[in-house]
Amino acid sequence: MSLKKKITMTVNGLTVNAEIEPRRHLVDFLREDLHLKGPHLGCEQGACGACTVKVDGQIIRGCLYLAVQADGCEVETIEGLTKNGTLADLQESFMRRNAMQCGFCSSGMLLAAAELVEQRPHASREEVREWISGNYCRCTGYHSIVDAIVDVLEARAKGEKIKPVVAHA
Amino acid sequence: MNKPADLKGLVLDPVTNDQRYIGNSEPRHKARRLLEGQGTYVDDIQLPRMGHVVYWRSPVAHMKIGKIHTEQASKMPGVLAVVDGVKMAEICKPWVATLGHLAGMKSAPQHSLAIERACWQGEPVVAVVAETRAQAEDALQLIDVEWEELPAVVSMEEALSPDTPVIHPDLGDNLCFTRSLDVGQVDDVFASADVVCEATFGFGRHTGVTLEPRCQIADYNPGDRRLTVYHSQQAPHMMQDLYCRQFGLSESDVHVICKDVGGSFGIKVHAYPDDFATVGLSMMLERPVRFVADRLESFTSDIHAREHRIKGRIAANNQGDILAFEIDDLTAIGPYSMFPRTSAIEGNQVVNLVGGPYKHQNYRAKLNVVFQNKTPTCQYRGVGHPIACAVTEGLVDLAAQKLKMDPLEFRKRNVIPDDAYPCSGISGIKLEVLSHEQCLRTIEKMMDYPALRKEQAELRKKGIYRGIGFATLIELTNPSPAFYGVGGARIASQDGASARLDPSGVVSILIGVGEQGQGTEGIYAQIAADAVGISIKDVRIITGDTDVTPYGGGTWASRGAGVGGEAVLLACQALQENILKLAGAILTRPPEELVVRRGHILDKATGEQLLPFSEIGRIGYFRTDTLPAGFSADLMVTRHYTQKEYPFIFTNGVQASYVEVDPDTGFVKLLKHWAVEDCGRVLNPMLVDEQVRGAIVQGIGGVLFEECLYDDSGLLRNGSMADYLVPMANEMPDIEVAHVETPTQSSKLGAKGAGEAGTAGAPGAVQNAINDALAPLNASVFDQPITCEKILKALGRV
Repeated sequence: MSLKKKITMTVNGLTVNAEIEPRRHLVDFLREDLHLKGPHLGCEQGACGACTVKVDGQIIRGCLYLAVQADGCEVETIEGLTKNGTLADLQESFMRRNAMQCGFCSSGMLLAAAELVEQRPHASREEVREWISGNYCRCTGYHSIVDAIVDVLEARAKGEKIKPVVAHA
Repeated sequence: MNKPADLKGLVLDPVTNDQRYIGNSEPRHKARRLLEGQGTYVDDIQLPRMGHVVYWRSPVAHMKIGKIHTEQASKMPGVLAVVDGVKMAEICKPWVATLGHLAGMKSAPQHSLAIERACWQGEPVVAVVAETRAQAEDALQLIDVEWEELPAVVSMEEALSPDTPVIHPDLGDNLCFTRSLDVGQVDDVFASADVVCEATFGFGRHTGVTLEPRCQIADYNPGDRRLTVYHSQQAPHMMQDLYCRQFGLSESDVHVICKDVGGSFGIKVHAYPDDFATVGLSMMLERPVRFVADRLESFTSDIHAREHRIKGRIAANNQGDILAFEIDDLTAIGPYSMFPRTSAIEGNQVVNLVGGPYKHQNYRAKLNVVFQNKTPTCQYRGVGHPIACAVTEGLVDLAAQKLKMDPLEFRKRNVIPDDAYPCSGISGIKLEVLSHEQCLRTIEKMMDYPALRKEQAELRKKGIYRGIGFATLIELTNPSPAFYGVGGARIASQDGASARLDPSGVVSILIGVGEQGQGTEGIYAQIAADAVGISIKDVRIITGDTDVTPYGGGTWASRGAGVGGEAVLLACQALQENILKLAGAILTRPPEELVVRRGHILDKATGEQLLPFSEIGRIGYFRTDTLPAGFSADLMVTRHYTQKEYPFIFTNGVQASYVEVDPDTGFVKLLKHWAVEDCGRVLNPMLVDEQVRGAIVQGIGGVLFEECLYDDSGLLRNGSMADYLVPMANEMPDIEVAHVETPTQSSKLGAKGAGEAGTAGAPGAVQNAINDALAPLNASVFDQPITCEKILKALGRV
């Protein structure tokens, strides 16, 4: 498997050039070659959602997507979306509700939630449950995650901000 | 739903002199970085020269291993080593996982890589190490093992039959452990009882499915002959001890580090064969070696749990008093008892816990734990409790139904009263203080029980079948050395904590119990802030490093808050005392005249601020020349805590489930779930709520979805996340949680455990709700997971 292909993509705003094997998954490339720690590998078959990242604005399963497919694309991970503030109110809300325990699902869950908030601003509690049903969480029981997302939907609808909690190092 | 702001604050007397954080829904210390993709799980750690191991695992349930051909694989690009069991056994000793206090228990010696025979599909046989994971997997394809399939023991019912092959001939039979308990005049009571009900309860094998798979990096440094293991594990000191013993090292030669752990639930508290093999490979190669299980490996090599078949009976009189329980539990554990906690504990717990909430005086139990050729089983969240609870509560509902009594009233009449403690349960368990009556009253109000029954009755007229199910439960937490220590297992039931005032005035806490997401570090920060008298933002928690933290047992049996938290409290109160002594020396005043408030030393009488902690730190560390001769500042203290008053501190609670069953499809819709939990002092209501909810959903997984399915030859049929069903958000109900606080007197903090009771109660509550819905159709199901197919069979529709 020594055949390698040159690719160029933007990852979290930075241009990345690489020469990689065509079989390399996007999430392996992000984790092992770029040392990003946000997208996680849970199942490698698209079932759990821990590897969720954004390619050209759409969330995808990083374990079912080859890195060469992202050639010429804009890739965003939790790290970049944190830095540019896209996820700020969701992250604040997840903190307030303790909508994470071990945190392994959180990057994927937040990216899925962000897409929901963007595309379905009037989603009901049931619709929130349905939307995040592509992402495993084995710790929380989902209730607090649903609460956290609903809080953001309600706050945005009223033009309010999620009140920050004090975070400690 | 509970909003944090609505949650009850502190309701008990404070345990510290300026209590601000204990009892409040503080957001979790250090959790934000997990929401920013900045956690450090094992797979995020990169070490220079790190090799990657993959294992060739047995493709069948039982096989004789012949010649192993490794030549082709060894020549593949990047391959560093190909190692079999014989070679590995030169440096890693085999082990036998039994406990001395489980009389008569037996198991066979087990190797880190199988030698001669492999006894389950997924047992590691050959290790391939390469420079990258992909290279190791490429080479794995070229491993050629000559093997011959041997007859497999699959059915636990037939494991003891003379016609069934014995898995380990040296053991004589396939019986791992047996126990009988007979208390009271059981036969007489059943013979003369007004009402006797019986049922056979089935429990499917399931597994933890931690989202982060099991993983570790072993790094043997030949320079200082020291082994460092980065591990996704719940008990770092236990693993340190096991590596020492299996490889002939001393404690000071082994360093175990557990950073972020992506879910554990008991799956990551055991020592797996591949744990030892990975360490052995690093020692052989003198370089770091990483193992990360892929999902198929997780399904076939993570421990499974809860394969039981239990025949149960209950006796009651016409007045509605429960008189007796009797159970016969058959359970199977795979080919070996798991190291070092043993696989007999789960069945043993079932015997201890059946009937546990009730005041009957007659009980008989029989337990047979048998070997079979499937993945080993061992302790997983709730350990035996979900089984004992589903059996007990299923029988209780059958008796209530036969007596035409309301199931909630029947429970109220029969639970051990709140003023009866301390007392012993009929199986011999010691119960310190419980609150069944108060919990039952609370849940009745919470769910508006009369209205719900009315709604159920009205909907039934329209052909809509809804059911309400209850499960009352007890859960053992805060274990004493009676759990493992007395049986010879080197698993610490004590925990130590060190509290250090740093020069800037920050307090650092070092403790053996780590964080797997349950919020342990968060509650330790709360306890430390209150006990020292400082803002929570000035507390640092350091866990998961055997070189650094005091010796401790880690996370298991819901001990983090009750045992670890008490150690933190004791250390921090002692640190405050020393801070006051030092302040007295600086101010030349008796320490009794001073008090600590919010990071400052105050005059006790006037409340005047005299010194900030930063000044205490500055003088204590850098200007000791200004202190009186012979005065020692002692700004780091260590205290240990072990719970010795009782074998365990029991918690209790009750859950209720409301479901709708479609008799045409067998489909169960979960409408709502309620839980009342008494975990003693509630340190952080929000975190306890989330522990309860997460645990309930894992329990719901067991009763409705999850099962490791095997075919007749012992092959796992659903080893992927697409085939093994776990609860997803859409199927789960909202879960309302309430707390009753009955603190344990065995500690100052009064906290009992809270991590597992949800898993213990949910299967019983959902099972009873389904059977309540099916009652008008004269059907019932006691075989978990309760699938649509089983419901339709019970209804005679298929």
